[in-house]
Amino acid sequence: MGTQFWVVQAFNGVSYGALLFLVGAGLSLIFGVMRIVNLSHGSYFLLGGYVALSVIGHTGSWLLSIPIAALTIAVVGLIMERLFLRPEGHAKLVRDALIALGIALVVRLAIGPILPQLLPGLIGGIIQVTLVVIVFAIPIFLLLQRISAVAIEADVLRQVLMTVGFAFLFQQAALDIWGGNNFDIQPPSALTQSLVIGGTYLPLYRLFMIVGALVIGIVLWLAMEKTRMGAAVRATVDDAQMARGVGIDTNKISMLIFALGAGMAALGGVIGGAFLGVYPGLDFEMLPIAFAVVIIGGMGSLGGAAIGALLVGLADNFGKALFPELAYFTLYAPMVLILAIKPTGLFGRD
Amino acid sequence: MKSASRKIQSILMGTAVAVGLGLSAPAGAEELRIGYLAPLTGGLAQTGIDMRDGFLLYLDQHGNKLGGMDVKLIIEDEQGKGDVAVTKAKKLVLQDKVHMLIGGVLASTGYALAPVSTELKTMYIPSIPAADDLTQRQLKNFPYLIRTSWSSSQPNHPLGQWACDQGYKKIVTIAADYAFGYETVGGFQKAFEDCGGKIIQKIWPPLGAKDFGPFIPTIKADTDAVFSLMVGPMPAQFIKQMRGAGFKKPIIGGGTSYDEFVLPFMGDEAVGDVSALHYSAALQTPENEAFVKAYRAKFGKVPSYYSENNYTTAMWLDEALKKAGGKWPGAEELIKIMVGIKLDKTPRGPVSFDDMRNPVQNIYIKKVEKKKMFGYDKDELWNTVIKTYPNVDQFWTYGKDKFLAQPVYDKNFPPCKFCE
Amino acid sequence: MGSQNFKIAAVIVSLLVLLIIVPYCNSFVVLLATRALVFAILAMSLDILLGFTGLASLGQAAYFGVGAYLTAILANNYGFGLKWDFWLMIPIGMAVGGALAAFFGLFAIRATGTYFLMITLALGQCVWGLAYRWNSMTGGDNGITMKGGRPQFGIDLTSDINFFYLTFGFFVATLLALYILVRSPFGKSLLGIRERELRMRILGYNVWLHKYVAFIIAGAFGGLSGVLWAHANGIVTPETVVLTTSVDALLMTVLGGAGTLVGGAIGSAIVFGLREYVSTLVPWWQYVLGGVYVLTILYLPTGLMGIPGRIRQWRNSQTKRETTKMAPAPS
Repeated sequence: MGTQFWVVQAFNGVSYGALLFLVGAGLSLIFGVMRIVNLSHGSYFLLGGYVALSVIGHTGSWLLSIPIAALTIAVVGLIMERLFLRPEGHAKLVRDALIALGIALVVRLAIGPILPQLLPGLIGGIIQVTLVVIVFAIPIFLLLQRISAVAIEADVLRQVLMTVGFAFLFQQAALDIWGGNNFDIQPPSALTQSLVIGGTYLPLYRLFMIVGALVIGIVLWLAMEKTRMGAAVRATVDDAQMARGVGIDTNKISMLIFALGAGMAALGGVIGGAFLGVYPGLDFEMLPIAFAVVIIGGMGSLGGAAIGALLVGLADNFGKALFPELAYFTLYAPMVLILAIKPTGLFGRD
Repeated sequence: MKSASRKIQSILMGTAVAVGLGLSAPAGAEELRIGYLAPLTGGLAQTGIDMRDGFLLYLDQHGNKLGGMDVKLIIEDEQGKGDVAVTKAKKLVLQDKVHMLIGGVLASTGYALAPVSTELKTMYIPSIPAADDLTQRQLKNFPYLIRTSWSSSQPNHPLGQWACDQGYKKIVTIAADYAFGYETVGGFQKAFEDCGGKIIQKIWPPLGAKDFGPFIPTIKADTDAVFSLMVGPMPAQFIKQMRGAGFKKPIIGGGTSYDEFVLPFMGDEAVGDVSALHYSAALQTPENEAFVKAYRAKFGKVPSYYSENNYTTAMWLDEALKKAGGKWPGAEELIKIMVGIKLDKTPRGPVSFDDMRNPVQNIYIKKVEKKKMFGYDKDELWNTVIKTYPNVDQFWTYGKDKFLAQPVYDKNFPPCKFCE
Repeated sequence: MGSQNFKIAAVIVSLLVLLIIVPYCNSFVVLLATRALVFAILAMSLDILLGFTGLASLGQAAYFGVGAYLTAILANNYGFGLKWDFWLMIPIGMAVGGALAAFFGLFAIRATGTYFLMITLALGQCVWGLAYRWNSMTGGDNGITMKGGRPQFGIDLTSDINFFYLTFGFFVATLLALYILVRSPFGKSLLGIRERELRMRILGYNVWLHKYVAFIIAGAFGGLSGVLWAHANGIVTPETVVLTTSVDALLMTVLGGAGTLVGGAIGSAIVFGLREYVSTLVPWWQYVLGGVYVLTILYLPTGLMGIPGRIRQWRNSQTKRETTKMAPAPS
């Protein structure tokens, strides 16, 4: 195996690592700031890809799909965080309303076939849905007011399970909206060329991934180190209680970080959609790998996420090329070792 | 972006229910309940949709009857997973009391469902799964199985011969790491090496892999060509990444690498690539032209071999049930009848069964070209047929007994004698 | 103590009902019930860890998978386990599950909380990775089909109903065994560790050893459920060891009620019913599954078995409100 083999494989590994950085950094920060283990992070990744597909389908612009997908999913993440993970005050009412609505819609789905058709056509259908929803949602909402929800915060197990529940909901919704097919996101043709250096072909798209992740990484790092907001985030990661004591609004910080994390995962989904594709099941395939990145690199550390992503990308690539029968084992075994020796990861703080 | 497939799916569910509720059947017309298994979600969704649509087109063209019997089609999504397929199959037989099971896509699903057909004494038609041994060394375990599609190695024997004829001496194979991949490469390797060629390397990316980054750089530089077997979500990405990595030599493929289920989604980088299969949508026969036009008019895309195989399956069942007098004769009897039927007017050409319940049919060597066909006004990618090997059975020129005496094609059989 | 006897009586009655009704349903339901029972055993094994020791593991599927694959490989390649030696397969499966847990435990037990979750997740993924890619051993993606069929030792186990009875027997046996375990001094100290680990340490208990043993026991019973699964399903694929399986097991335990043992069975029935039965009726069953997850976590953290407790709690909070109203405001 000549030098070209190693160069290309390393290049591929680094580019995969770039993608993993986008997914992992968000997860790492979310854990660092909020101590939340978010198992729907993979769903954010997948949904980002789906939203981008829709945007491209309607506007034909790949460039536009990137920020739109990131923002949309950031909002979804925000809603999840504000309403379900850490609701405060009015948010609880909104959450109850949302739950009541959701249940009513499912009931509507269930009894749909036996409902009489009041009025024909689309308008008739909408009226019928609205009526059913009102009939069921209101009593459920009132019922929910009498029952108190038990707070999720700090209970790791319940966070995990609730976020998984959401992952299933997202999976079903994605299936209903976009279908079960396997899609590819087509990048602009300019990026499908390859750079040729000394006889070695380096696909431009992978180069773009590396550069993109570098830029985002540097921007984030600058924000963390040089701005007041960044300092506030770092303080919250180190010791949330102290941060609150010094007057930092940790609520705002956690909102910001959660939205950022979700948005970055979505970004990963859009960018990865070109060579991983967008299909049901990708969410749960991406999830353990994202966790590998975070655990190896250390929870709460941006630099750790970068190193972790790089290591995982390279290990995965070389593992598949050199030891195909042990490919995933070469990825997770180091993760186990690191966790056993230094549970907080290479660069983690705790 | 509401996918058309989901709309169609709900319409079809409704149709199945409506048909099931019994449009009043004329006196004497019995109901035929068919359990249909296809991956409708997941990486193979497009193939599952094509399968189902091919079968539905035939039903649509024949008043939803096969052999005079009203058809109740119950479709289940097996998600491309063997254990899901087995569960759904059992549900179809035990709960819905279907007369027969049709479908599955992956060779592994075929191997998983065949024992179930024996266990539940229910007829099973693998209308796509090409696993060689289903109709070879293991046939005696599956008395209720009859295959209307192909065996994995069937088209690759002639392709191996063709590769020799082209002057290729060394070839690297890269194929999905599962039974279908092994058998496709196996068939190709046997024929290619028997006429003087050498397989110098075998690479096995996992089934469904979309990132070929780890594999492409390992391809030996002194090869004359690459033989690929890509399935489901793999073919489109593979070609893009190969050409993007600067690979300029010829790429030849097993049938699914360029089949019409994925061809419309490929770009110009696929032009010129050759593959072999028992069907091409570009076959210039009146039957195929009618089929392509009708299919495209109804479903909005060119039919793939997944569609054709299920269309022909329906045709075969139609003829067999007619011969059985329009009543369900029991699984064993129907299989006996079907085996004796020869069809001339299928979209893929003349087909019949060999004595191991696998089809004997034409194998087409096809080449991807960009052109207009059948009166459509756009330049599109088509698999133009450049050579036809007629009446090819699953044993090629080796003879049944000699072929069955060797082990089933596997990752290590034929052994890679020339691997460097 | 009265409520305890009541609970036991309720459990016995439900089991009898199950035993009587299921064989009269169609074969598919019998098959589903059998598989749900196998998963119930897995959930109960997880409950030992979660409900009694306070350790939430995301890798229980590893032992399940190892038991299942071992059964399949021995049956197909060596013809072992298909006659009377099936009864040997049971302790072998448990031993292998326990041994794997003993090995994994060395890495995992030092961690707690989130880190324990993460490390068990990674360990589970290691096993999955091997199942998925070690083709020569595990058949990779294709999995291994049990070619020999179900074991024959006098009873015809190919009959789904007979196999259901067998699995039911194992389920009851496991339930009894684990019930005795949690009522034993060892089990009580596990509970102590769940509640106040620090205090247990101060009192001189070897907390690490207790957790380690609990982990091994959970692994052993996980292996047992794997052996049964291979025969119930007829095919073993990497799906057996995928992350979602571990998550499902965790949910079943929590949904039913962690720390109640039977909770796992209830949870298994619900999750299985949704996944396998409702999915054949309607395409949107995952909304219900996801919804059940979210709602249970929010409103019923003690699971379904905890409903009586929650109602009592709610009633108490109501009476408190009234007594507060009745007390005159200080002027």
